[in-house]
Amino acid sequence: MSTELTGAEITVRCLQEEGVDHIFGYPGGAVLFIYDELFKQDKVKHVLVRHEQAAVHAADGYARSSNKTGVALVTSGPGVTNAVTGIATAYMDSIPLVIISGQVPTHAIGLDAFQEVDTVGITRPCVKHNFLVKDIAELASTIKKAFYIASTGRPGPVLVDIPKDVSQQKTAFAYPENVSMRSYNPVIRGHAGQIKKAVQLILEAKRPMIYTGGGVILSDASPQLTELVRVLGFPCTNTLMGLGGYPATDNQFVGMLGMHGTYEANMAMQHCDVLVAVGARFDDRVIGNPKHFFNEDRKIIHIDIDPSSISKRVKVDVPIVGSVSGVLDELIKLLKARKEKPDQTALDAWWTQINLWRARDCLKYDRASSIIKPQMVVEKLYEVTGGNAFVTSDVGQHQMWAAQFYKFDLPRRWINSGGLGTMGFGLPAAMGVQFANPSGAVACVTGEASIQMCIQELSTCKQYSLPLKIINLNNRYMGMVRQWQQFFHGNRYAESYMDALPNFVKLAESYGHVGMKIEQPGDIQNALEEAFKLKDRLVFMDFITDQTENVFPMVPGGKGLSEMILV
Amino acid sequence: MRHIISLLMENEAGALSRVAGLFSSRGYNIESLTVAATEDPTLSRMTLVTAGSDDVIEQITKQLNKLIEVVKVVDLSDGDHIERELMLMKVRAVGKDREEIKRMADIFRGRIIDVTDKSYTIELTGTGSKLDAFLEGMERGAILETVRTGASGIGRGERILKV
Ligand SMILES: Cc1cc2nc3c(=O)[nH]c(=O)nc-3n(C[C@H](O)[C@H](O)[C@H](O)COP(=O)(O)OP(=O)(O)OC[C@H]3O[C@@H](n4cnc5c(N)ncnc54)[C@H](O)[C@@H]3O)c2cc1C
Ligand SMILES: Cc1ncc(C[n+]2csc(CCOP(=O)(O)OP(=O)(O)O)c2C)c(N)n1
Ligand SMILES: [Mg+2]
Repeated sequence: MSTELTGAEITVRCLQEEGVDHIFGYPGGAVLFIYDELFKQDKVKHVLVRHEQAAVHAADGYARSSNKTGVALVTSGPGVTNAVTGIATAYMDSIPLVIISGQVPTHAIGLDAFQEVDTVGITRPCVKHNFLVKDIAELASTIKKAFYIASTGRPGPVLVDIPKDVSQQKTAFAYPENVSMRSYNPVIRGHAGQIKKAVQLILEAKRPMIYTGGGVILSDASPQLTELVRVLGFPCTNTLMGLGGYPATDNQFVGMLGMHGTYEANMAMQHCDVLVAVGARFDDRVIGNPKHFFNEDRKIIHIDIDPSSISKRVKVDVPIVGSVSGVLDELIKLLKARKEKPDQTALDAWWTQINLWRARDCLKYDRASSIIKPQMVVEKLYEVTGGNAFVTSDVGQHQMWAAQFYKFDLPRRWINSGGLGTMGFGLPAAMGVQFANPSGAVACVTGEASIQMCIQELSTCKQYSLPLKIINLNNRYMGMVRQWQQFFHGNRYAESYMDALPNFVKLAESYGHVGMKIEQPGDIQNALEEAFKLKDRLVFMDFITDQTENVFPMVPGGKGLSEMILV
Repeated sequence: MRHIISLLMENEAGALSRVAGLFSSRGYNIESLTVAATEDPTLSRMTLVTAGSDDVIEQITKQLNKLIEVVKVVDLSDGDHIERELMLMKVRAVGKDREEIKRMADIFRGRIIDVTDKSYTIELTGTGSKLDAFLEGMERGAILETVRTGASGIGRGERILKV
């Protein structure tokens, strides 16, 4: 007779079978049996956070920096509702996560039981899929499906809700080897005919542009992208989510595009005649006003694994549904087999134009300022870390400066919440990054408002000795909000001033970390060097920066890409 | 434009709410929605009537296909199809009206399926516009209650939606 395992044992065994080494969570009544089983083994290490939102962000940072599925474990009711912000954040950026939540016992569901919420209902709009496991016989296969769905096709978070009695009941355990679902078969290979059409358009281009996004990172396709861009000699721009997909220090990289993209990237995007969109979804922060975008005539090729990303906001001419890596492999093969090359004279003229735009030096700022300029802190951070750090960020101006000034040459190094724009993401995400990359240097670029949204995680960092470097660009304002109020609301700074700030140095110290306050531009470099020398300590660096600095360029809401406000 | 979309999905608790949730969260319009299990009890078939520009309809079918439990989606309006809806109507029927109402029902090929001394209950199937026409033809004040199922649709001839 095969031995029977409890639902809780099965849950933990499934995680082991999936090769999960870390899960991030917080206990409570509905998951006590599962915690009990975690306690009895040591293959799956549990990281105790201080708030369920942070558990999910940490699992998310872990996933983004490693291409493994992140796992979080939370209890029913408030455990789940606290986790929702984290789940929605991962959903918007297509991050593979499995969230396991406890639920009240099956017989109590629907009776307004203690700590009962309709978890499947609450999370439905912000997960790729979710399950309520009512029958222990389906537990193992459901967890298998959850990992499969989360990590294949367009990735995303999948939630498995396990009632307490199911975690207690027993059944025989066998972990399924494969999953096959008649209703879920993501297309991986691009259509050969469409790829051929794309090659033809590319060869006929006179003012080409390659625009790439998070799909390149998710598909681990930066080698293919880099090869394609080099073979063609075309300019390349990345979205906020695509940074690191193509090396930022390369001359063919024209910077990030979009609302706070570079002048040259936005102008080239607007004026190109053939646009190759790769794993990017034409977000409203990227193309500005779509009507204005179509004032210019251009042909668009769009590679994306999710058909619903194609022709959603922008009509395209050559849609290619498939994974970026596979489609680019094919595309490169076909291009190399063709004798024709793109029109070099036209391409030279296009580059001459782009270089004129570049000469506008749109990211310039006052380097001689006697007050710390936030841009300079990020530039120095780049220098001191040799461009090799993992950089997480929160949301606001500091996020944009980190994206503009830290030159990411590698994928999975830039970790931020783009789609949902979740303040509070940076610190817990950095914890997850550090667990996935124990020997990596991890910096969290944040603002004095954002950092306070998950500041409690400094305690988690102490417990697990996570040597993060927190770069707090402290402008005493919700700077991004203040900037909008300055530009669009007649300088009325309603509720955007950050009053009653804590003494961050003492705060860090009280959690057992190192705190530094940096007030002079001349001290930036030394302070950063000193901090990164403290290899086993978390250092909270409070940079007192220029309160009035704004992020440029800026495409105001409703305006066209080429209608930027410049410094 | 009006579209009638048919889909097959896993007959699982919660699948219906995913479809309904999709429509409300993305602001798509639903004119009617019907669903029931098929001859294969693991599958349900849904018929959705919606309206929107071509771009919106394209997104609707893509988003429906994206739902994990949805197995197949067709836009029946893309080709020849048959559409039927069932209506039950209870009307006040006294005196000489009884004759008149019976005749109306006959013209529309409706059937009277329940009778009291004051009322008739009429069953009528057809396209939505036929049911509308019947409703128009009845005297407003006589109508006590109506219930409509919403449209069900099926492709003509060789157009088959099956797993
Ligand atoms: C304050 C703030 C300011 C912002 N400003 C800007 C800005 O100036 N510029 C900017 O670009 N963004 C900006 N954003 C971010 C913006 O909101 C979007 O999150 C971002 O532009 C989306 O990036 P993406 O198009 O690369 O899509 P992602 O959200 O990364 O989506 C990835 C796409 O790739 C597809 N995909 C996934 N996996 C694969 C695969 N294996 N193969 C093929 N395709 C795949 C997906 O289906 C999806 O369509 C800002 C955000 C904030 C919070
Ligand atoms: C949870 C959450 N609430 C509100 C916002 C809106 N918001 C965007 S940026 C911002 C200000 C961020 O301030 P800070 O962290 O100090 O960064 P700064 O812009 O000053 O660099 C706010 C409130 C948000 N993105 N997330
Ligand atoms: Mg600030």
